[in-house]
Amino acid sequence: MTAAAAPSHRRGTELALVLFGVAITVVAYANVGLAHDQSVPTSTLAYGLGLAALFLAAHFVVRRFAPYADPVLLPAAAALNGLGLVLIRRLDLAAADRATGNHTTVPHPAAPLQLEWTVIGVALFVGVLIVIRDHRRLEQYTYTAMVAALVLLAIPAVLPASHSAVNGARIWIRFGGFSFQPGEVAKLALIVFFAGYLVRKRELLALAGRRVAGIDLPRARDMGPLLVAWGVSLLILVRESDLGSSLLFFGIFLVILYVATQRASWLIIGLAMFVVGSLVAGHYIDHVHVRFEAWLHPFDEKIYNAPFGGSYQLAQGLFGMATGGIFGTGLGQGRPDIVPFANTDFIMSSVGEELGLAGVMAILTLYLLIVARGLRAAIGTRDAFGKLLAAGLAFGLALQVFVQVGGVTRLVPLTGLTLPFLSYGGSSLVSNWVVLALLLRISDAVRRPTAATAQPPTPDEAATMVVRR
Amino acid sequence: MTAVLFLLRGVILVMLWGFVIAAVVAVRHDVFGTRRPASQPAGRSAPSRPQRAAEQKQPKRSVARRLVVVEGDLAGQTVALSDSPITLGRADDSTLVLTDDYASTRHARLVPRGDSWLIEDLGSTNGTYLDRQRITAPTPVPVGVQIRIGKTVLELRR
Repeated sequence: MTAAAAPSHRRGTELALVLFGVAITVVAYANVGLAHDQSVPTSTLAYGLGLAALFLAAHFVVRRFAPYADPVLLPAAAALNGLGLVLIRRLDLAAADRATGNHTTVPHPAAPLQLEWTVIGVALFVGVLIVIRDHRRLEQYTYTAMVAALVLLAIPAVLPASHSAVNGARIWIRFGGFSFQPGEVAKLALIVFFAGYLVRKRELLALAGRRVAGIDLPRARDMGPLLVAWGVSLLILVRESDLGSSLLFFGIFLVILYVATQRASWLIIGLAMFVVGSLVAGHYIDHVHVRFEAWLHPFDEKIYNAPFGGSYQLAQGLFGMATGGIFGTGLGQGRPDIVPFANTDFIMSSVGEELGLAGVMAILTLYLLIVARGLRAAIGTRDAFGKLLAAGLAFGLALQVFVQVGGVTRLVPLTGLTLPFLSYGGSSLVSNWVVLALLLRISDAVRRPTAATAQPPTPDEAATMVVRR
Repeated sequence: MTAVLFLLRGVILVMLWGFVIAAVVAVRHDVFGTRRPASQPAGRSAPSRPQRAAEQKQPKRSVARRLVVVEGDLAGQTVALSDSPITLGRADDSTLVLTDDYASTRHARLVPRGDSWLIEDLGSTNGTYLDRQRITAPTPVPVGVQIRIGKTVLELRR
C-alpha cells in the first residue's frame, strides 16, 4: 500500500499536509512563548513531537482503514485543532498574568484540558474509522439514534439547574469535576436520524400539493415532520435557553429535507417558520430579547454596562478585531483576554486581534475546505443514506461556523455555539472529530474503485455488505 | 526582539496561507482528476502510458474497460469494469445506483463472459433495451452500443 503503487490514494498528500499543519502550530507556540517570556519555551519540541505523533497516528489509521478517503479533511482539522490549542494557551497565560497582578488565585489553565480532549477526540476518530467500515450500517440505527438524541437533549432540561446550568444556559450535565454538553453528541445522533428517516420518507414528502405563485407546495398532511422539528427546537430554546443549538437543529433538518426531496418549497416554508419563531422568541423570551438588543445596539451605554447579558463582550470583541486590523498585533502581543470567554465563544475575536483579518480569512478558508470536501463526498456517494448523512454533517459544520463567526462579527445575534476544532470545549471537540471520521469514511466509499467493493477481499468486509431494507 | 516578533507574525501568516493554498491545490488536482465524457475522445486516441502497459499485460482480457452513463440523471458517471458482475437498479447495494423513476429496484445485470459482457434483465417493469431492442435473454453487449434503462442510457467503452 505504498504511494508509488497507487497514486490515487493520495495519502502522501495527506501526510505532508498534516506535518505542515503541525509545523504551523509549533511556530505559533514558540511565538506565544517568545512574546510572553522573551524566550522560546523549552517545551516547544516536546509539544510539537507530541502533536505530530497524535495526528500521524490518525493519519496511519486513515491509511490503513480508509485508504481512498479525502486527503484534505484530516490535515485541515489537525491544523485548526493545533492553532486552537495555541490560542487557548495564550489566553491562559494572560489570565495567569492578570491574576498575579491582582493578587488573586491563578485560574485553572484550560490548555492542558483541551489537550486531553484532543487526545480523546483523535482516539474516537480512530475508533469510528476502525469500527464503522461501511457508513450504510448506521442506517440500521435510525430510530435508536432518534431515541438517543432525544434522551441526551432532555437530560439537561430535566436535571436540577445546579447540575445543568452554566451562565444561564441549561445545556450541561455536571457532576463534581466532570461536565459535558450532551447537545453536541445529540447533534450527531440527530443527523443520523434525519438522514435515515428522510431516506425512507422522501418519496412521500416530495409529492406535490397545491401550486401557489409558481411554487409547488407540499401537501398539508405531510407537514408533520417539519412541524415536529420546529416544535422541538423551540422547546430547546425555551426550556434550555440554548439559542445556538436550537437554530442548528432546525437548520440541519431543513437542509437534509431539501436535499432528500429536492423541493425548494420546503426551504421557503422552513425559513418562514424560522422567521416567525425568531420574532416570537425575540419578543417573549427574555434572554433571546437581550441577545437581540445587544446585537442591534452594542454601543448603547445602558446595554454596554448591563450587569448580565449586555453587549460588553460583543463590543470588546469588536474592539479587539479593530485593533488587529489586517495583519494583527502578532501572537501574544494583543489583549484578547479583555473579552470575557475569549477561549470559547470569542476565540475568533482573539484570532482577529492577534493574526488580523489575514488570519481570520485563512481560518475561514480552512472551514470552507472541510465543508466543501464534505459536500463533494455527498455528491459522489452512490447510496442515498450516505448522501444525506454527508450533506447533513457538512452543512451542520458550515451552519455552526456561520452562526458562530457571524455572532462574533455582529452579522447575526450572538448564540452560545463553539467554533468547531478551535474553541475550548471537550464535548464539541470530541463530537467534531467523530463528524470528521464519518466524512472520511463516506469519502473513502466514494473514491474507492467499484471493483474493490464488488469483491470483498475479507469476510469481515463481506459482513458489512448486507445492508438491506 | 521586536524585529523577531514582527518576522514571526509574518511567518505564521505566510505559513497559514501556504497551508490553505497547498490544500486547495491538492483538492484541485483531485477535482480535475475525474474526467467527464466530453473530454474523453482525446484520451482515447492517445492512451496514457500506464493504460497501454496494462493492455499489453493482459491482451484482450476484457475489451471494454468502463461503463459510462451517457444520458440521464447520472450522465458523466463511470464505473471501472473488473471481473465481477455489475448490478444496475435503484437498490442502494447496486453497483450503479440509478436515480431513474422508470428503473426498477433490481433492474438489470452486466455479467462478464470471456472477452465480452452480457446484459441480463432481472424482471424489470419497464424493460432493458439494447440498441432499441427490448432484451428477453442475456445478450452480449458490443462496445459503444447503447443500453437504455428508463431514461438512463449507458454504454461500454474501451
